[in-house]
Amino acid sequence: MQKDIKRLSFLLLFAPFALWITLLIILPHLGMLHISLREKVAPRVYEFGFGNYLNFFNEPIYWNTLLRTGSMSLLVTLLALILGFPIAYYIAKIAGRRARGALFLMCLIPLWVSDLIRAFGWILLMRETGVISNTLQWAGVINAPIEFLYNDATVIMGLVYTTILFMIVPLVSTLDGMDDAMIEAGYNLGGNGPTVLRRIIIPYAMPGIVSGCIVVFMLTAGSYLTPILLGGKNSSWFTEQIYDQFITRYNWEAGAAFGFVLLAFTSLVIWGGLKLTGQTLNTTVARS
Amino acid sequence: MVKRLAIIGLLSTTVMITAPAQAETLRILTWGSYAPEELVKKFEAIYPDITVEVTFSNNEEMVAKLRATDGAGFDLAQPSHDRIFAVQQEYNIYKPLDLSKINTGAMQAKLLEGVKANTTIDGEVYAVPHQWGTSGIMTNMELAPNIAAWGDLCDPEYKGKTSMRLRRTILLGMAFDMGEDPFAAYDDLAEYQIILDKVADKLIACKDNLKAYWSGGDDLSAMMLSGEIVASETWDSTAYKLYGENENIVFVPPKTGALAWIDTFALPRGGNADDAAYKWINFVLEPENVTIMSASTGAIAAVEGGIDLLPVDKKDAVNAAFSVDDINNLKFFANIPPGIEDMEGKTLEKIKAATGGQ
Repeated sequence: MQKDIKRLSFLLLFAPFALWITLLIILPHLGMLHISLREKVAPRVYEFGFGNYLNFFNEPIYWNTLLRTGSMSLLVTLLALILGFPIAYYIAKIAGRRARGALFLMCLIPLWVSDLIRAFGWILLMRETGVISNTLQWAGVINAPIEFLYNDATVIMGLVYTTILFMIVPLVSTLDGMDDAMIEAGYNLGGNGPTVLRRIIIPYAMPGIVSGCIVVFMLTAGSYLTPILLGGKNSSWFTEQIYDQFITRYNWEAGAAFGFVLLAFTSLVIWGGLKLTGQTLNTTVARS
Repeated sequence: MVKRLAIIGLLSTTVMITAPAQAETLRILTWGSYAPEELVKKFEAIYPDITVEVTFSNNEEMVAKLRATDGAGFDLAQPSHDRIFAVQQEYNIYKPLDLSKINTGAMQAKLLEGVKANTTIDGEVYAVPHQWGTSGIMTNMELAPNIAAWGDLCDPEYKGKTSMRLRRTILLGMAFDMGEDPFAAYDDLAEYQIILDKVADKLIACKDNLKAYWSGGDDLSAMMLSGEIVASETWDSTAYKLYGENENIVFVPPKTGALAWIDTFALPRGGNADDAAYKWINFVLEPENVTIMSASTGAIAAVEGGIDLLPVDKKDAVNAAFSVDDINNLKFFANIPPGIEDMEGKTLEKIKAATGGQ
């Protein structure tokens, strides 16, 4: 009897997850895989083949865009880490108990507003006739309007702003578990600030760093709105290529193939990152 | 026990789904502003048993949405006339119209014949015209009075002060500007590719001259009203709206002819409220409703005397922009044959990815 109840409660708890993963993740991906492996030979006539994938590798525009998206995402991840680490350290180690909650909340607040609204906020601030340009002119710093929008720096800044929280949260929870005595011991043994940071804090925080980086990288490489709205006439993002294939070119076959290429590429980057840092998914994402 | 619960659950959801079948729902898939609240209310007052649901979209997304469901989920769609023929052959998402149920007598004969000719497959007509308008250039007469052709957007005099949407319209406009006739080349894909390559070179060289590519009417309006740009490729309706806010902003039909589009009425294959759809079509063709519709869309209804039925301010804007010669010089978008979308898409990608302009 007791055992049955246990089994039932396990099944009930597991069912929503199982339904979610099969109905919303696995089945659609199988469908996409099927679409990506068929080639259009004539209207309403399709053949099995790898042509859509070959098409990706034969066209430099596509893989250049993918590499561009990948390298910019890595840069965003790095910036989010550099900016997020001190914030997380302050929240976890320096701030008092009560301030901690308030600080955490302040980090969360931007997430209460949708991506789209945040992007438009940036646009209002940074356009040529926007708030920043006008303020600088009014203060006499510049004497002609400056366009801050429509370039890669703006895209990177927008992405860092959107994703930095996903870096801070795992870092805080990892650093929170670290005993202050370890840091004191480091200083007592003659270490200075940088040594303690390099040999005690960072190794301890590594699981948090890696899991934060994984989440930020995935979010960035898969983001669509921010790069499209803030990016300029030369900035293509790989998700935009996927959208274009699906919607403007009616080419679902190529779009689906691109989707899998992106999935494989991000997985590869993350696998490489884990190998480099000597971490595994078990010690990072699962723990923090 | 579990099984019985599941069956009861299933039954109750089916009941919930079928219950409101008494009152019919008309699901319209159309452009933003093509189903103004005022008309929807009026329609529902005349036909109390019909509820209207509107989804706003654009050409490409309409086709993608209908394709995903094999034409189900909507009862009336309004893509442009060049998105019917090839799309229907390729994806089979529309069903033929029963013209006897449509008050075709109210429609402007030339437009009706044109759309019918473009959308007839195996003797069946798949679309009739609703609204038409043009794509051309808008310019701020105070700051850039000399812009008169597509190519002027690339004039170094206005460096960093012009814009365009990176879509097929500008490819076609620029091709005409370079003395080509892209529509005539639709039959010969190899020749069309040569034209596209020339246009791509021109637009890549032109990139440096642009501030940004606009992607929707709102960002275009913001850039134009703030003076950040002085001229842009545009839909005429957007230009007319801005004319209301700043009289210096006018629509200019390019020298080589403005490109004219016709948005249509078409029935999705999986629609299940055809009669309600026909009622809506005939309803919006009535003269007083035409005026309300045009006030909202900024486009001209495809009915006899459509220009006269425009609201006063729009009529002024159209008359200011178009002479009789301009009207005769209109280039109507030709049917897009299969394969063209892919070629144009590749060209647009090439232009977007090129960094030569910087």
